[in-house]
Amino acid sequence: MSSIKIKLKEKDIAQIDEICKSFNNEPGELINVLHKVQTTFGYLPAEVQDVVANKLNMSVAKVYGVVTFYSFFTMIPKGRFPISICTGTACYVRGAEKVLDEFKKQLSIKVGESTPDGKFSLNCLRCVGACGLAPVVQVGEKTYGRVSPDLVKDILKNYE
Amino acid sequence: METIKLTIDKKLVEVEKGTTILQAAKKIGINIPTLCYMNLGDMNIENKPGGCRVCVVELEGRRNLAPACATDCAEGMVIHTHSIRVLNARKTVVQLILSDHPFDCLICAKSGNCELQSLAHKLGIREIPYQGEQSTYRKDTSPAIIRDVDKCIMCRRCEVMCNEVQTVGVLSAINRGFHAVVAPAFEMNLDHSVCTYCGQCVNVCPTGALTEVDHTNQLINDLADPEKTVIVQTAPAVRAALGEEFGLEAGTLVTGKMASALRELGFDYVFDTDFAADLTIMEEGTELLDRLSKHLAGDKEVKLPILTSCCPAWVKFFEHNYPEMKDIPSTARSPQQMFGSIAKTYFADKIGVDRKKLIVVSIMPCVAKKYECSRDEFKVDGNPDVDYSISTRELAGLIKRANIDFLSLPDEDFDHPMGESTGAAVIFGTTGGVIEAAVRTAYEVYTGKTLKKVDFEELRGLEGLRSATIDFDGLKLNIGIAHGLGNARKLLDEIKAGKSMYHAIEIMACPGGCIGGGGQPYIHGDSSIIKARHKAIYAEDEGKTLRKSHENPDIIKLYEEFLGKPLGEKAHHLLHTHYFDRKKEIFID
Amino acid sequence: MAQQIKMHLLVCGGTGCRASESDQIQASLEHELKVHGLENEAKVVTTGCFGFCEKGPIVKVIPDNTFYVQVKPGDAREIVEEHVIKGRKVERLLYTDPENKEHVADSKHMGFYRKQIRIALRNCGFIDPENVDEYLARDGYQALGKVLSEMTPEDAIKIIKDSGLRGRGGGGFPTGLKWEITRKSVAEKKYVVCNADEGDPGAFMDRSILEGDPHVVLEAMAICGFAIGADAGLIYIRAEYPLAIKRLKIAIDQARNYGLLGNDILGTGFNFDIELRYGAGAFVCGEETALIHSMEGSRGEPTFKPPFPSVEGYLGKPTNVNNVETFANIPPIINKGSEWFAAIGTARAKGTKVFALAGKINNVGLIEVPMGTTLREVIFEIGGGIKDGKKFKAVQTGGPSGGCLTEKHLDIPIEYDTLIAAGSMMGSGGMIVMDEDDCMVSVAKYYLDFTVEESCGKCSPCRIGNKRLHEILETITKGQGTMEDLSKLKNLSHVIKDTSLCGLGQTSPNPVLSTMENFWDEYISHVVDKKCTSGVCKSLMRYVIIPENCIGCMACARNCPVNCITGERKQVHFIDQDTCIKCGTCLEKCKFNAIAII
Repeated sequence: MSSIKIKLKEKDIAQIDEICKSFNNEPGELINVLHKVQTTFGYLPAEVQDVVANKLNMSVAKVYGVVTFYSFFTMIPKGRFPISICTGTACYVRGAEKVLDEFKKQLSIKVGESTPDGKFSLNCLRCVGACGLAPVVQVGEKTYGRVSPDLVKDILKNYE
Repeated sequence: METIKLTIDKKLVEVEKGTTILQAAKKIGINIPTLCYMNLGDMNIENKPGGCRVCVVELEGRRNLAPACATDCAEGMVIHTHSIRVLNARKTVVQLILSDHPFDCLICAKSGNCELQSLAHKLGIREIPYQGEQSTYRKDTSPAIIRDVDKCIMCRRCEVMCNEVQTVGVLSAINRGFHAVVAPAFEMNLDHSVCTYCGQCVNVCPTGALTEVDHTNQLINDLADPEKTVIVQTAPAVRAALGEEFGLEAGTLVTGKMASALRELGFDYVFDTDFAADLTIMEEGTELLDRLSKHLAGDKEVKLPILTSCCPAWVKFFEHNYPEMKDIPSTARSPQQMFGSIAKTYFADKIGVDRKKLIVVSIMPCVAKKYECSRDEFKVDGNPDVDYSISTRELAGLIKRANIDFLSLPDEDFDHPMGESTGAAVIFGTTGGVIEAAVRTAYEVYTGKTLKKVDFEELRGLEGLRSATIDFDGLKLNIGIAHGLGNARKLLDEIKAGKSMYHAIEIMACPGGCIGGGGQPYIHGDSSIIKARHKAIYAEDEGKTLRKSHENPDIIKLYEEFLGKPLGEKAHHLLHTHYFDRKKEIFID
Repeated sequence: MAQQIKMHLLVCGGTGCRASESDQIQASLEHELKVHGLENEAKVVTTGCFGFCEKGPIVKVIPDNTFYVQVKPGDAREIVEEHVIKGRKVERLLYTDPENKEHVADSKHMGFYRKQIRIALRNCGFIDPENVDEYLARDGYQALGKVLSEMTPEDAIKIIKDSGLRGRGGGGFPTGLKWEITRKSVAEKKYVVCNADEGDPGAFMDRSILEGDPHVVLEAMAICGFAIGADAGLIYIRAEYPLAIKRLKIAIDQARNYGLLGNDILGTGFNFDIELRYGAGAFVCGEETALIHSMEGSRGEPTFKPPFPSVEGYLGKPTNVNNVETFANIPPIINKGSEWFAAIGTARAKGTKVFALAGKINNVGLIEVPMGTTLREVIFEIGGGIKDGKKFKAVQTGGPSGGCLTEKHLDIPIEYDTLIAAGSMMGSGGMIVMDEDDCMVSVAKYYLDFTVEESCGKCSPCRIGNKRLHEILETITKGQGTMEDLSKLKNLSHVIKDTSLCGLGQTSPNPVLSTMENFWDEYISHVVDKKCTSGVCKSLMRYVIIPENCIGCMACARNCPVNCITGERKQVHFIDQDTCIKCGTCLEKCKFNAIAII
């Protein structure tokens, strides 16, 4: 898996340490720890996983095994405006795939990637439960319902 | 014990409660094929994730098929192990596995020893109807182990060995679904990881996903080079296992045939690592007594217990995990490296060959030895003391390649001067052997008395953790023995916590010691083979006239002619080493 | 001053309505009330989901049950000035009955609600989920009190067993029996786990309960803890449900403050507390052994059963795992008795089931109906039929584990066993309706895509087999399938079902098998005729020029990315089918309707 190479600052390590301590450095709390750490850093680069493994006294291979198992965890920083397209069944039968294709075309990136300027990232997510509004697109916290391919350009314009 | 009656393939069988269908079937001569399953009974290692689904059987009254390895027998079960439904399912499952596996069987390092290959053959698979995307990963070559993850079938055996048995923690299942595979963190290279190269993963891998680095071609070239003098040393555990590769019963000693074969292969001198093992005892035993007497005299600087240092996987393990204790292990180099060091000085001088033209090859039951050869501190001006190491398996392959009919070879002796050895050196090949050899010498040196009986039964056995107290004429010496790095970790944690009661500890990375090394012939889950090798080692010891290292005449001569005295300046320079803090040595690439 | 409040304005605060700015509606309503000095007479309450998501955001006025649909923040003023002050309903915001085109003022008369019986959802849309007092006012924690003061654990288990309640998460295992097994497992520590890792794409029952009525789950877990002898509860919830998490946290705090959780609950000496554990996006964690491994901080890989969690679960201790909806049924059963519950539903399936109705249906939303209701009633009466007057084609129940049912199944009663017999399953309650525009081969491919993505990879049939199934379906939708592929699909599907380690793999081929069973003709037309009758499969479409309409403007040829359109100026153009990539650019660029898809 590709990852961005970063150098952690002392204060970053202290922050991770703090999070691990709040879970008693318990290896069984790994997933909770990773949630917190990802909320703090936005993603889980290798260096961060290494520190977590150290603090929880477990192998970094196991941490990586967990990070790569769950789709919620990411080793790639998200864009400033992360775009998520719901590909739940309700959205699928109401045309989510065409909406996704349009986003890919407009942004010239694939699912899981970010635009070179780091502005947008594109992801699919499972049902968000807003099936009444299908197909649904989320940009950051904002949810757009009943999105059709021709609305994609307008949505993106909101972030110019 | 409660028993259960059930029917398997129309045969009635009665088993103890808790028996699996697989075990029950085996009891009545029905061998249900398995793939991911692994049971190294005596070592308490059982891997039955129920992942491969090859061992599925039909259970009357059950909706779907049941994995025989993970399903316990129940009263009145009626089981079919080869109904059409089972045969079709089993075949389809293996076809699926093959559909995500490279088709390079003919040139795969594991060909002939591959469990997947045998299974496909056994199931009569002649086509793979389900074709599609194959997973591809980067091939990773380290100094000792090659990972070709394209061949990983997710049996998870290596993961169990690396984490549960060895507690090294390099390997883990990563990713999910079709892309799930076993790999180090971040799919980093093994040589960037905390891998000890113990090779236990290689030993249990059913396919060619994990194999040792091949040095046979380099050896063939060197043997053919008239400019080079090529000498060989063979470790004690090799002679107790090599015969298996030629159809001999496990535990058959082939020392003499092996010496003949090596000569046939074209080595200029055929020596024995046992010679260096005796030398190791001289140094390590002296170091033990030195540290012990200082300790008894109240010297607080001196640290006990002393730990053995013959095993390179174990050395790397503590360099990564316990660097703060790196002054505890003996500074004595391993027999392989002592041999190399003496060969390229003392022996090279004797025969008048420049060290660069003298190729020292070792035959080892080990893959970590390949890595040990490559360590910088064992090089002089870039020239390694031991040029490279060949595993038992590789040697067998070479013998076959050279058209040698191993079984009809005559028994021959090793060459002099580095071929002479004692029984004490032989037992280095099994757990407890190094410390017993050290005790035999240390006792006599310390007490000035001759041992009535050289066999220290209390130090022997295959229990993962053992301890014994040896009476040195009033001085009670507490000895600990661990084999398998998971067991070693327990003793190290005790030391770290200041709770260790031992004066000396022997540690071997591999379960069973070197007889169970990562370079030995594959045992395919049959742990009785380890027991047979264990027995053979002690048989060889018993058959020796000399059984104490300090009685080896060539060793005595070596000190007289060249080294001076144990722990002396020259010995220190050539036979001892130092350790590194590798805690920070993990690269994230 | 609660006595002075004469009117409640309930605003849906479920995720769906939130996405349509329901929080701003709430703020605007509050603002308008304040402007008119009515804060003490009318109160705005944010509730959980009303279920009728299709017409969200919804504002309901109590006591007259006025049901305003698709409300916008700007409507607040009118609602306050007209309805609250003058008592006149805002006609334009009322729901219009699609049959007679009349406004329906009272929600009780809406087709959507008429056939529903709400047990699990009884408080959703009625109470403020962030206020424990409102839950208490609707008999909340009465069942817990009853169990703790009047019953033995065995009594409680007996009531649940007698009620006939079966697990609502998929398998349908009898809940009382599960509790009994966990009760009988001897250990010094036991756990109650609530599975709130709702993962079926298109299902949002559990989320709505947690958002609309979080206390019911806490109460039920405490009852379960008492019954099985556990003092610790864990809720494993999807991290993607922030609102549900927030409300659960509030509810847990409130319950602790009221002495309804923690030590010595209601002075009875019973201790029970609840913690949250977060899922991290793995569908397989809905499987209880995988869920337990995930809670332990590991990869969510299932393990072979037995041992069952009831015997050896979280941290090796006996663990009772039930899902949200199952728990939501517990307090009403305790309060009203097992006979009351057993009288609802059918002989083999008691009580009600919540379904998330979605897809090509008029009334998308969350419904709760008695077991035994027919699919026809659900789709055509409650669901209001197919969108845009199209023809019903199939309904998929049970999510990726279920199958696609057709016209001929519409009158079967919905129960665990009847659905399985029909080639599908109840699952957690997703119900996706498809119309004539849906290609069933593509639908099967969609589900397999999901399974391939979500397979944990531990066992080979699921890891590789599902991938191969998906690839074969892909081949077929590309028009490259053969009859041999169809027989491979069948064999592979059966073997995957027969050999997979957990429920995920054991059911993942159901969408393939059920569509092959019910829509064999569609497979044949893809494979033999190379046609996708629904017009979904791109590769099977052909773009052609209609000679009568083509004026030879060359717009299509100029814009074709692969230059497969030829023709002179003012001459009829021609599309080379071998080169065409079916991108649709020509259709987009043609101003003369001269391009058609056949």
